Amino acid sequence: MLPEADLARIYRSLRLIRRAEEETARIYPSDRIKSPVHLAIGQEAVATGICDPLRPEDVVAPTYRSHALYLAKGGSLRGMMAEMYGKATGVAAGKGGSMHLIDAARHVLGASAVVGTTIPLAVGYALALKREGKGRVAVALFGDGATEEGVFYESLNFASLHRLPVLFVCENNGFAIHTPLAKRWASEKLCDRAAGFGLPTTRIADGDVLAIRESAAGYVEKMRKRESGPAFMECLTYRWREHVGPAEDYDAGYRPHSDLEAWQKTDQVARIGGMLKAEARAKVDAAIEAEIADAVAFAEQSPWPDPKELTADVYA
Amino acid sequence: MSTPSSGPSSGPGPSGKNGLRTLKYVDAIAEALAQEMELDPSVFLFGLDVDDHKAIQGSTRGLLQRFGAERVFTTPLSEDAMTGVAIGAAMAGMRPVHVHIRMDFLMLCMNQLVNIAAKARYMYGGQVKVPMVVRSMIGKSWGQGAQHSQGLHSMFMHVPGLKVVAPSNAHDVKGCLIAAIRDDNPVIFVEHRLLYGTEANVPEEPYVQEFGKARVARKGKDITLVGISNMLVECLRAAELLHEAGIEAEVIDPISLVPLDFATILASASRTGRLLVVDNAWTNCGASAEILARTAESADRAILMRRMGFAPTTCPTSPPLEALFYPNPATIATQARRMIEPKAPEWDPNSERAKLAYQTQFRGPF
Ligand SMILES: Cc1ncc(C[n+]2csc(CCOP(=O)(O)OP(=O)(O)O)c2C)c(N)n1
Repeated sequence: MLPEADLARIYRSLRLIRRAEEETARIYPSDRIKSPVHLAIGQEAVATGICDPLRPEDVVAPTYRSHALYLAKGGSLRGMMAEMYGKATGVAAGKGGSMHLIDAARHVLGASAVVGTTIPLAVGYALALKREGKGRVAVALFGDGATEEGVFYESLNFASLHRLPVLFVCENNGFAIHTPLAKRWASEKLCDRAAGFGLPTTRIADGDVLAIRESAAGYVEKMRKRESGPAFMECLTYRWREHVGPAEDYDAGYRPHSDLEAWQKTDQVARIGGMLKAEARAKVDAAIEAEIADAVAFAEQSPWPDPKELTADVYA
Repeated sequence: MSTPSSGPSSGPGPSGKNGLRTLKYVDAIAEALAQEMELDPSVFLFGLDVDDHKAIQGSTRGLLQRFGAERVFTTPLSEDAMTGVAIGAAMAGMRPVHVHIRMDFLMLCMNQLVNIAAKARYMYGGQVKVPMVVRSMIGKSWGQGAQHSQGLHSMFMHVPGLKVVAPSNAHDVKGCLIAAIRDDNPVIFVEHRLLYGTEANVPEEPYVQEFGKARVARKGKDITLVGISNMLVECLRAAELLHEAGIEAEVIDPISLVPLDFATILASASRTGRLLVVDNAWTNCGASAEILARTAESADRAILMRRMGFAPTTCPTSPPLEALFYPNPATIATQARRMIEPKAPEWDPNSERAKLAYQTQFRGPF
């Protein structure tokens, strides 16, 4: 088993994401967050497992379902809340909202609402990082739907061709909005597709955060030392809430509640929390609640952007 | 003069054989699709999520059940290839309707639309035709933001070979969609999310809204307002505000942008001497620029011209900034009045009256 300190750190990340998302969902019906939120509740283990072995200077590229990756990489919770509230103190100055989080200081690239668009950006970063030669790596996280875009395959090919230090991670939650894989993929063998471009691949089917972490750590270490080029991971996971918005949607009929229950049995927040001593866990929990309360208060008290901001930053 | 306070329902439409019913824009789309699919087995409907329970905000509701999965189906997230598939199927004699829930996603289709669909008829010497419809929706409000709010119709207007229509009410959306499906050319079909809940009188039987025919949605003598897509609704409300200030605005709905019924616009502007075009898009190189340029080229009297559209910036999500991004009935009315009475004191139209029902009704997240 991992040392207690590692477990506590991993638990903190999982729990922070879970609770920040739950709090967002709780606030949402008040209409104070006027931004389409794609919650990551249930999917925390992927971002947490991938980010744990990363260094602060490594780069991650999120999608519009970005809250988990953003927080796992150390993104500012205050800045994220304020951004969703549309306040001047938001990480994108209130101009981007939930779908366009960014934290330059923590090397979280800006998120995009157009599926697949950030995958080649991570490859471009990897190109720059390879030239830089300091052993930094880039990670692209994306959903199963994104792997259907041509840009995904074009990016794999180019990254492999140039042996770029980029880790591709597909968060496969089985659905693109409400449409299951069976209606979108001719073959389920996604790893085989990536392997076709010469990438080493790993598929983790049970959502085990520690397995995800170990696999990512292995790939990243090799890339840092230039012992390997890009790698590919497929992590199965499950989105507990609706595609966009704060609610559950099991009554819509496109997926059974029993699927949720199965995934909840292996919920990684509870699992890793259970590996901690009760006292240690309570300490982490209390700190997270305080941090979230602080971020919400910060967002609520922050000013609206100045009207002059409307046309600022169209150009650099 | 009539007071079309109910917006679009005032203007459109001859009364149909079966009499008129009130129908929502969203339901009029679904009805047009169903009627054309019934009539012509070569019509099929595809695109991301057309067959799920949300049914593109309801605009494809019931079609899967009625016509089956061979004619109504979702696709992988592969817009570029799927556009090519639509073009190929159209060349082969089918009539695809390809649906995108946001107009922004058409940027992934550009190569196929601009380099093949628009040009095939001409560059292959009239040997082929591409009878396809590309439906997409412009989003607005609730923090849709940079990539879910764009009105990009002028990009398509720029290219010969594409038709571009932007119906503003339930009556026209049905007639235009039927016309688009029957058209032997690629038609870019521009919808607006906030129009989906608006109602108008809509005949039950199928009918064609001929492209290239504008509608005078409200008569007036002092100024001509041209409103594109949902900006037509905002212009009608602006005309009411102006009426309260003693100004009679004529409001024109172009309905189709390519072909454009420029004669109707020019005739009106020549009469009123003032033309204000309000687009649901940026003004730079936009539909409004085109209409003003043509007016400048063709008018044989002096016409005062102005245009309004998105602020020249990316759409922000913060509510106070987002509000500044768009023209609204108050800013349209203020601009129009300034064109008529440049020396009039500052005017602040009643902001409660300036609100549109759909703006107060729409709630997120999407
Ligand atoms: C290019 C593009 N096409 C369509 C959409 C509409 N859309 C938004 S999210 C989504 C599903 C994406 O699924 P996936 O990549 O698996 O990510 P998930 O939402 O499950 O995290 C779709 C089709 C989009 N945003 N961008």
